[in-house]
Amino acid sequence: MIERGKDKIKPVIGMEIHAQLATESKLFCRCVNRFGDPPNTNICPVCMGLPGALPVLNLRAVELGIRVGLALNCRAPDVTKWDRKSYYYPDLPKNYQISQFDSPLCVNGYMEIPEEGGGVKKVRIIRAHLEEDAGKNIHDYPSHTCVDLNRAGVPLLEIVSEPDMNSAGEVLYYAKMMQRLVRWVSAGDANMEMGQIRFEPNINLHITRNEKIYKTPIVEVKNLNSFRSLEATVEYEIERQYDEWLEDPAAYTLEALGKQNRGFDVNSGMTVYQREKEEAHDYRYFPEPDLTPVEIGAEWRESIRLSLPELPMEREKRYKLDLRLNDRKIQMLIQDKALGDLFDGSVSLGAPPGTAANLLSGKGAALANLNNCRISDLGIKPDQLAELSKMLSESKIVSTTASELFERMIAENHSPMDIARKENLLIQRDPGVLEHWIDEVIDENPGAKEEVLSGGKKQDKAFGFLMGKVMQKSRGRSEPGEVQRLLKARLIE
Amino acid sequence: MSIRLSALELRDSLVRGELSVKELVQDYLDRITELDSHLDAFNSVFAERSIDKARELDKLRGADVNRYPLFGLPIAVKDNLCTSYGHTTCSSRILADFQAPYTATAVARLEDAGAVIIGKANMDEFAMGSSTENSAFKTTRNPWNPAHVPGGSSGGPAAAVSAGLCAAALGSDTGGSIRQPAAFCGIVGLKPTYGRVSRYGLVAYGSSLDQIGPLARDTTDCALLAGVIAGYDPADSTSVNADVPDYLGKINEPPSNLTIGLPEEFYTDALNSEIRKSLEDASSIFSSLGAKIIQVHLPHSRIDINGSGELSSYAVACYYIIAMAEASSNLSRYDGVHYGYRTDAKVEDIVDLYSKSRSEGFGEEVKRRIMLGTYTLSSGYYDAYYLKALKVRRLIKSDFDRAFKDCDILLCPVSPTTAFRLGEKTLDPLSMYLQDIYTLSLNLSGLPGLALPCGISKSRLPIGMQLIGPVFSEEKLFRAARMFERETGLSRLDPYRMNGEKVNGEENS
Repeated sequence: MIERGKDKIKPVIGMEIHAQLATESKLFCRCVNRFGDPPNTNICPVCMGLPGALPVLNLRAVELGIRVGLALNCRAPDVTKWDRKSYYYPDLPKNYQISQFDSPLCVNGYMEIPEEGGGVKKVRIIRAHLEEDAGKNIHDYPSHTCVDLNRAGVPLLEIVSEPDMNSAGEVLYYAKMMQRLVRWVSAGDANMEMGQIRFEPNINLHITRNEKIYKTPIVEVKNLNSFRSLEATVEYEIERQYDEWLEDPAAYTLEALGKQNRGFDVNSGMTVYQREKEEAHDYRYFPEPDLTPVEIGAEWRESIRLSLPELPMEREKRYKLDLRLNDRKIQMLIQDKALGDLFDGSVSLGAPPGTAANLLSGKGAALANLNNCRISDLGIKPDQLAELSKMLSESKIVSTTASELFERMIAENHSPMDIARKENLLIQRDPGVLEHWIDEVIDENPGAKEEVLSGGKKQDKAFGFLMGKVMQKSRGRSEPGEVQRLLKARLIE
Repeated sequence: MSIRLSALELRDSLVRGELSVKELVQDYLDRITELDSHLDAFNSVFAERSIDKARELDKLRGADVNRYPLFGLPIAVKDNLCTSYGHTTCSSRILADFQAPYTATAVARLEDAGAVIIGKANMDEFAMGSSTENSAFKTTRNPWNPAHVPGGSSGGPAAAVSAGLCAAALGSDTGGSIRQPAAFCGIVGLKPTYGRVSRYGLVAYGSSLDQIGPLARDTTDCALLAGVIAGYDPADSTSVNADVPDYLGKINEPPSNLTIGLPEEFYTDALNSEIRKSLEDASSIFSSLGAKIIQVHLPHSRIDINGSGELSSYAVACYYIIAMAEASSNLSRYDGVHYGYRTDAKVEDIVDLYSKSRSEGFGEEVKRRIMLGTYTLSSGYYDAYYLKALKVRRLIKSDFDRAFKDCDILLCPVSPTTAFRLGEKTLDPLSMYLQDIYTLSLNLSGLPGLALPCGISKSRLPIGMQLIGPVFSEEKLFRAARMFERETGLSRLDPYRMNGEKVNGEENS
């Protein structure tokens, strides 16, 4: 809730998400489902909409769609069917899209997101249905537009939420968590830059003034191609709608103006009214006569459910309750499935969870940043992580050494213990050797020794200085606690 | 010579080497050259390709040859069946230059069976019509009388078969478009059970109604072709995965204990008295051959005539709503953008490009149906029209199911009249639509219907009848038809001969 003077503003936001499914071939034909190929090289009579061509369903898309739906706590009804959605556009070869109207693949689910101000809230999902993607219009040429049909027919899952979100922050969470989920259940790659996941927020405000509620028109924004644009759009719209409403509270309302389309201009950071999208589309839905309804038997549905991996929420719970990791570490570990899998793998091989998590969130995150990739893409193996974690927690190495070994074990593809042994990096346990180093340092720094023994103000600093020298001399092979004990003892003598 | 023999006889002759394929194909090509300038049955003739194919086939010998059920037979296909050679125009300006990159499954099966596709036959534009007068290119004439229509929309294939310009042909039937031209031209035509023959490569008109079927000079030929084209095709999700019986196997075995139903609703005043008499005679013949004749009822296929002589029928209304709705959607792809005709006129924007290309490229009847179809699907009207029609469709089918509890097949008229004159019905689209009153119930219910000749009218025009059966009962239909054919000799009718004398086909009386 935002307060402006006497007005209380509640942003009310829903979202439509289109996620491409990672099937081998398109939804209704055998063409390859692949991004980036030269234009019009993955096409056939069916996805080109040539006369006489007929669609044939790719069941894998149904399976992947149900995976996502079940992961969103949806119900997948026994029967689902196809409908034609008609509109004219050059990137839509048949000038109708095969979609689902009144019997969508999945219904009535939810996703939990962190709520503004703490806690968790459910964003309800009305439905998730399958439909074919359109091709692409390319406007690169001054005198004409080209149409590339490679993308025409690629399977999309359209996920529609209730307007349960109330801030840009919540919208961003929802979007990112949806992206994570689609990847998590291996349904798609969901890269925004490649158009594999698309977000369309619909935003309006419920403004309470003098105990009366005013609703602004619902604005839908399309063609957002980054999370930043998504967040900026929502923030901008909240402000813009309130400003526009202030100018004429009686006229700028949902009842009067209904739904509007706007586009986001990245350069100005503003949304812009789009007149051409204002013509109300009558999609003239009717059942697709070329395809039979799809029966989802209980057996198949169950087998899909059973094939789902541990989902983010479940994993989060387990890390919290069973492993007792702190929230920050948990959020890091569940950012993608592969990272948690790596972590779990190392724990199953004996890694102390806390240590392993620390290594990943510390050195792991730093390396990932440097290489502009995810931690799980660095190439760490569970056994390597397990070994290193154990070495650290058993005090066989100091943490700076652990850091160095982390990087090297990946680069050299070796076991960290092998590297440490070969290069003599393990903590020196022999008191004789330690005392020898300590003696050398004391001899080399008589002034410091004096300062420590003198007991004056500089005593601690000098002691620290000597400690540092010993650590240096040991080249990471001494344990600070042990050095401290022995140094103290030595000096007192 | 060719016109006297059946396709089966020709094939056997070719297989025995009594005749070469090249000779036969040349024979047909010569006949096309001689007659088609008057008949206009063909949009395109594949002379060179056919001779090449003939030469290839002639090289095969012995056991090889027996593998081809249609060895060397020149067959015409309706111009809404895609072929990867020549053009596929649907007799429309909007596809006048369209060359398909693939061949329809049914046509490919013919070729795999050894047939020679001799040409693409004329039709009503996009299969919308009952006279072939809606073709954008030419008007096909009825070989029996060139001042009369050959029927439609498969008028081209029917005329070609009847005039002996090909051994047999493939047409398509959405509301009667194989059966009615078959009846008008005195030949045999089958609309198979919906899903029996793959629609892949058939330019769609009414997706839930369309079927491809054979047109031939007698029942056996029809069965021969049906056996080749029928069967499951994974490229068509609506094709049924069920075995295809051997249609020829027992075709000469009359079905025993045959009960034939006559639907009361079809034998009303809407039916021309000459046709009614011919059907009554046919019924008597079946009776004399041992069949039991009973009356059945198809209440929702009833045809009413009001005081002004206007016909109306649930089935007609139901059919046209569904067909036009589906057609408006199926034809939305013809937009001047990806292929086909694009306007030469200057355009303001993409919408202008669409409107001009479609307005110029489509004929009147096609535009009429697209607009009506769009209307019935539009918001606020969908429930009242399309959805209602789907429910009525169910009821129409149920009537047939009930009737088939009491009988094996139905004997019905095909058309209320014999072949009418060119131009007679073009001024009133509704009167043209009512040509289909006896045929379109089958497309709505998915049942198979076989049309065959049962007489010749006083004005020397063929009269046809229709045998209808439950789903996948084509085998029984063929046997019953064959029984009738052998008894009456009404097969392989020659429009150019009457009682042994050559008739020049000009209008009598």
